[in-house]
Amino acid sequence: MIAQIFDTSDAAVADVADGATVLVGGFVSAGTPSNLILALKRGGQTDLTAVANNIGLGDLLDELCEDRQLAKVIATFAIRASGTRSSRFEVLYRAGEVELELVPQGTLIERLRAGGAGLGGVLTRTGLGTMMAEGKQIIELDGERWLLERPLRGDVALLKAWRGDLHGNLQYRLAGPNFNPVMATAADLVIAEVEELVEPGEIPPELVGTPAIYVDRLVRCEPIPVRWEG
Amino acid sequence: MSSSTPPTGLSRELIALRAARELEPGSVVNLGIGLPTLVAGFVKPSDDILFQAENGILGYSGISESDFDSDLINAGGQPVDLVPGASFFDTADSFAMIRGGHIDAAILGGLQVSARGDLANWYVPARGGGSVGGAMDLAVGARKLIVAMAHVTRDGQPRIVEICEYPLTAERCVDVIITDLAVIDVGLQGLTLRERAPGVGPSKVAEWTGAALLIPEEVPEMSL
Repeated sequence: MIAQIFDTSDAAVADVADGATVLVGGFVSAGTPSNLILALKRGGQTDLTAVANNIGLGDLLDELCEDRQLAKVIATFAIRASGTRSSRFEVLYRAGEVELELVPQGTLIERLRAGGAGLGGVLTRTGLGTMMAEGKQIIELDGERWLLERPLRGDVALLKAWRGDLHGNLQYRLAGPNFNPVMATAADLVIAEVEELVEPGEIPPELVGTPAIYVDRLVRCEPIPVRWEG
Repeated sequence: MSSSTPPTGLSRELIALRAARELEPGSVVNLGIGLPTLVAGFVKPSDDILFQAENGILGYSGISESDFDSDLINAGGQPVDLVPGASFFDTADSFAMIRGGHIDAAILGGLQVSARGDLANWYVPARGGGSVGGAMDLAVGARKLIVAMAHVTRDGQPRIVEICEYPLTAERCVDVIITDLAVIDVGLQGLTLRERAPGVGPSKVAEWTGAALLIPEEVPEMSL
C-alpha cells in the first residue's frame, strides 16, 4: 500500500509500454499532469491510446502528436468549433493518422467509474437518438429506453494532485479533481505528479481526495502552467 | 426563403442579457461555452443564482479579472471568481448533478433547433470531428434548456428548422430559444413566438424562421 516515490517524471513513466491505454486526468489547465505527459513524450512510447477530457486546447497532450505517439484518442473535446487554428492532433486526425472516439463528458466519467468500480456498464439517456448511440445496445426497462455504455479502463493512469503523502494519499486543490479521482480507480498502474510531497498524516484524513489504495507511484514536480486556447 | 438581408437584431451581449432575464431567482444554472458564458455578467447578486461549471464548481460569479490560477477555471477554461458558499467536486459528482435533474436550467449555444425541440450544437458536418463536452448530458438532464444563438447563419440560412440536418445533441430537449430576433417557446404544439427584438416585426421573425411559427395576436417587444 506504500506508494513508490520517483525522483523524476521520466523515471516514473519509463516502463509504460508501447500500445498502452493511458488515462490522463485534468480539464485543460486544472489538475492536468503536464509533467508526466512531457515525460511520455521524452520516453518515446508509441501506439498509445489516450483517454482524456481534452486534447489540443492548449493542453500538452497535444505534444504527443508531434512524434505521432498516439494511435487513438478517447475524449470529449478534440476539434475546435472554429477553424481558425488547428492543433497538432487535429492535423493528424484530418490526415487519418490518429483515431478519435468522441464521448459525452458525463458518459466518459461513468464508463471510467464502471471500469474502476467493478461494474459491467452504465445505462444512460445521454446520447439516445444521436450519433453516440450508433452500434450500441438500447435497453428498455419499465417502458424507458436507455443506452448501454461499456466500462473503460486503462493500463496506466497519469494524475495530478496538489499534495501527496508518502503512502500515496492525494489532496486536490480548487477545481483540480475533475477526472483524477475516478481515473485513479480505473487503471492497473496509477502514477501521480504532486506539487508537494508530505509525511503521512499531514493531509487531514477528511481532505484526502484519492485514498492511497489506488496510487502506485508519486513524483514531485513543479507544475507547468497551461492555458486554454479555444 | 427571403432574398433580402436578415434584419439587424440584438448584439451577442443583449442576447445574453435577455437570456439572463429568463433565469428564475434562486436557481442553479449551467452555462455552455461561447455566447452563454456572457450570461454570468448579466445576473444581479440579488437574484441569488448559483452557476455550476461541469468541470467541478458550484458557485462561481463570473470571469475573474485577477491573476490566473490554472486550477480555478470554468468549463470554457476561463478564470472565475467564487461566491461565498461555493464548492468543488469531481466530474462524477458534477454529472450526477447534471443528469440527475439537480440543475434547474442550462443555457447552451446552438447550430440548429427543430420545431419539436431537437438540438444540434456539437458537430458541423463540413468541419467534421466535433467536440461534445458536456452538451449531451446537459441537454437531457437540465430541468429547463434555453438555447441562445443567432437566428440565422452567417450566410442567411435559418437555424430554426423543421428537422435538424446537423447531428443531434439530444431529441426534444429545448424549452426556449433566444436569438437576436426573438424569444420562442417550444411546446407540444410547436414553436410559439413570445417576444420580438425591438424594431423587428413578427412577420420578419417568421420570414427568417425555417419552421412553422405560431404568432399570437400580441407579441411584445423584448424589454432590455
